[in-house]
Amino acid sequence: MAKLPDQLSEITERFGPHPAFSAGVRLATNVEPDKIVKTHCCFCGQQCGIQLKVKDNVVIGFEPWEDFPFNQGMLCPKGVKRYLQGSHPDRLLSALERDESAEGGFRPIPYDQAINRVASEIRRIQSTYGADSFGVLSGASLTTEKAYLMGKFARVALKTPYIDYNGRLCMVSAAAGNKKAFGIDRAANPWSDILRAEVVWISGANVAECAPITTNYVWQARENGAKIIVVDPRITPVARTCDLFLPVKPGRDVALFNGVLHLMIENDWLDHDFIDNHTAGFDAVAEHVREWTPRRTAEVAGITERAIRQAAEMWGEAKSSFLLHARGIEHHSHGVQNVLGAINIVLASGRIGREGCGYATITGQGNGQGGREHGQKCDQLPGARDINNPEHRAYIAKVWGVDEKEMPGAGVDAYELIRKIDRGEIKGLLSICFNPKVSLPDNNFVARMLDKLEFYVAIDFFLNESAHHADIVLPGSLHEEDEGIVTQVEGRVIKINKAVDPPGDAKQDWRIIQDIARAMGRERGFTFNEPREILDELRVASKGFVADYSGVSYEKIERQGGVFWPCPSEDHPGTPRLFEKGSWNPIAKGAGLFYFPDGKARFNVTPYTPPAEDVDEEYPIILTTGRVVSQFLSGTQTRRIGPLVDQYPEPRIEMHPRLAENLGIEDGDWTTAESRRGRITLRAQVVTTIRPDTIFIPYHWAGAKSANQLTIAAQDPISKIPEYKVCAVRVKKAEAAPNWADGGRGE
Amino acid sequence: MAVPSHMEFFIDPNRCIGCQSCVQACGECDTHKGHPMIHLEYVDRAHSTQTAPVVCMHCDQPTCAEVCPADAIKRTGDGVVQTARKPRCIACNNCVLACPFGVPKMKTEFQLMMKCDMCYDRTSAGKKPMCATVCPSGALFFGTREQVEQLRPRSTPVNQFRFGNQAITTKVNMMTPKAGHAEYVDVTAAMNEGAIGKEITLNVLMNGLFSEKESQ
Repeated sequence: MAKLPDQLSEITERFGPHPAFSAGVRLATNVEPDKIVKTHCCFCGQQCGIQLKVKDNVVIGFEPWEDFPFNQGMLCPKGVKRYLQGSHPDRLLSALERDESAEGGFRPIPYDQAINRVASEIRRIQSTYGADSFGVLSGASLTTEKAYLMGKFARVALKTPYIDYNGRLCMVSAAAGNKKAFGIDRAANPWSDILRAEVVWISGANVAECAPITTNYVWQARENGAKIIVVDPRITPVARTCDLFLPVKPGRDVALFNGVLHLMIENDWLDHDFIDNHTAGFDAVAEHVREWTPRRTAEVAGITERAIRQAAEMWGEAKSSFLLHARGIEHHSHGVQNVLGAINIVLASGRIGREGCGYATITGQGNGQGGREHGQKCDQLPGARDINNPEHRAYIAKVWGVDEKEMPGAGVDAYELIRKIDRGEIKGLLSICFNPKVSLPDNNFVARMLDKLEFYVAIDFFLNESAHHADIVLPGSLHEEDEGIVTQVEGRVIKINKAVDPPGDAKQDWRIIQDIARAMGRERGFTFNEPREILDELRVASKGFVADYSGVSYEKIERQGGVFWPCPSEDHPGTPRLFEKGSWNPIAKGAGLFYFPDGKARFNVTPYTPPAEDVDEEYPIILTTGRVVSQFLSGTQTRRIGPLVDQYPEPRIEMHPRLAENLGIEDGDWTTAESRRGRITLRAQVVTTIRPDTIFIPYHWAGAKSANQLTIAAQDPISKIPEYKVCAVRVKKAEAAPNWADGGRGE
Repeated sequence: MAVPSHMEFFIDPNRCIGCQSCVQACGECDTHKGHPMIHLEYVDRAHSTQTAPVVCMHCDQPTCAEVCPADAIKRTGDGVVQTARKPRCIACNNCVLACPFGVPKMKTEFQLMMKCDMCYDRTSAGKKPMCATVCPSGALFFGTREQVEQLRPRSTPVNQFRFGNQAITTKVNMMTPKAGHAEYVDVTAAMNEGAIGKEITLNVLMNGLFSEKESQ
């Protein structure tokens, strides 16, 4: 039974996170590496090219890869220090089994024994409660081959509909919005188009800290004459020098977009030819935004009428533009509406599908794009196919060699999957590349649910906080221990190359999954010998639909510096810019630019709804969460890399001096923020760079330092993304320092 | 091998995002592994996210070398002011106190002054310095003057500085805005009054920082 061992401090003592620093051969000078491997960073969706220096099967350092076109050698601090995740003291070198009497609550067991236990528990649970009683949580940092295999494993080997992935916390609002408006979910343009834009509009994207390499594109656009508009409740480093800063009240982005469209219509800053010939639904949207006068917009969005007018004028009069957004507008209970609002002002301008005219979400996770296309999402099959579409099901069933009727239908989103544990519908869970105890909202509830499972198996290379609750932990592979493709922020498919072998009993994740399938007696379809063979099947499985990878090969990626999908054949170079005349489109088939049968993009009416939990007298302050540049997601890797830990050692509560003064809080004071779900005590950071009605806490930490103790599990009705960016809290000076303040980890 | 004379270093604080990539990468350089030599500071975090990276400016007449009683600091023919030579350095701290840019660091554990040497092992072998290679914002840039003029039309490289009566010419350039005023963006002002950053003259910083020729 999955249950957290009593001695938490014993777990962290044994399994970390311990910060690793350069030592030994990594610190020595003039060491000649055995080889230098061109690959990519293991962290965010920018997927910067990097060269890893390898000596005696250890990654000892890096050398910038200046020839890779996207980042040209540039790296953020995470990329610079990523090599320290290898040969780490916390690395899992064997399978672990829960044993209350063992140090840290786990004892090492032989790998095969662990696999057999996993297979027999899955069999036991499924034969007792039905196939649907076992769930899978997967991740978007996996290579596309692995992500594809996870979807196939759930549907074919486990025969459960219940698989979902942590892209649910990241990219799904943008994905859903893009599909509704364009019929395709991918950045519309390569980043080179940012450089040619007259206006760069950045909404809810802390570019400098979450997508650092994109900064250079934004700055270079500015050098070329672009105006930069930043919409954010905080003055992020990119906002500091922008031309127009709109400190929108968290959760009100769609109001701003509606207000801007209102002014575009009023001033006739519209591309009528484009609207008439390439879009549908404009009239209804125009009718809807009529009520979004500058005054009403200002009242709702918490900014001035003048600011809104200036933004509309800059945007409306531009001849070229690039609109970027990220989690800031997407992490909402109406995230899809926010995204559609942004797309409406792009479509009304007609500035898309041409050089210097672009739109994109800044995808967060390493394979945020590729990881959401090929079937580990609960309602999706490879190629971005729909699991409810009979034709799509028939095609994939044929590729997989199974009876279509036996293939499960749509499952549920990751959070609903956790709720199913609460309702007793899911009894067993396999997680890989996902740390829900840290990353899901209201995570004290999530921890209780992990304890409620009859059986929980976690695959990871470090013992992440969710895996603390596992019955069996299987030692997976680091990014540099395997090969495969990922799709980065622009839609460019790139290749991860293997630098070192997994240590000890650790195995490449796709091998582990296949070993489980074999031990369950469901080996058929899970006998791949290398990632290339998985890609070959994925190419067939994706062929003919929107996310067509059939022409993508390792060789073509190396030859071209990446391949932008769709790439429908061997001789096709890929599609860097979508929606151009004549570009390959299997849905419109020549009828138009967009991925609908009539080829027309869709305007969508975007009503404003307030956040699920607005402030009130009891909880009068808005909490918004986000990232810092030196940490990544739930911190499983970055909280173990010493120099990154030192850069920003622990979370702080950012607040405006006006709020701090009202509360009697000074910079550095221990401060307690409390929501209806949880409380946290951290030091205050008093800065004028945030709205006075809002506090900000970064979310990378676990336990007592976890911001997600406070966040709300409200979700967007369409995308099911949680509302990380707004909930109501009350804030006061802490009565005492937290117990981790004297050196404990609080985890 | 020497650093080619057409390759120059340009610092543009206007672009800096404070990510510390330069600091983290500096510590990876073979000549001072584990010891970053770059200074990266918030100017005033309470009021701004502005940060400023400082590498050694590599002065034509380096004050650090002039005040060194042990003659431990040498400027090579290519204009790079090298870190102190270990056999000579007496760790007296003179250079640390005298450098007008605050660059040298006293490493008491080694009894040695260390500072940025423009990644001499890299730049003298035809590579770029580590910091200017990885910097994701372009705040640190290593290239030719023609490149920088083409890529940064809004700014002018400045390499003459004045501290009191001391005029200094440096190998490293500081990018300064052609259009003069520094901008200041304020959240509450943008919420309540107007959204465009208010121009304020940063007298303290601007006056006397540049030579008369450059500030005109």
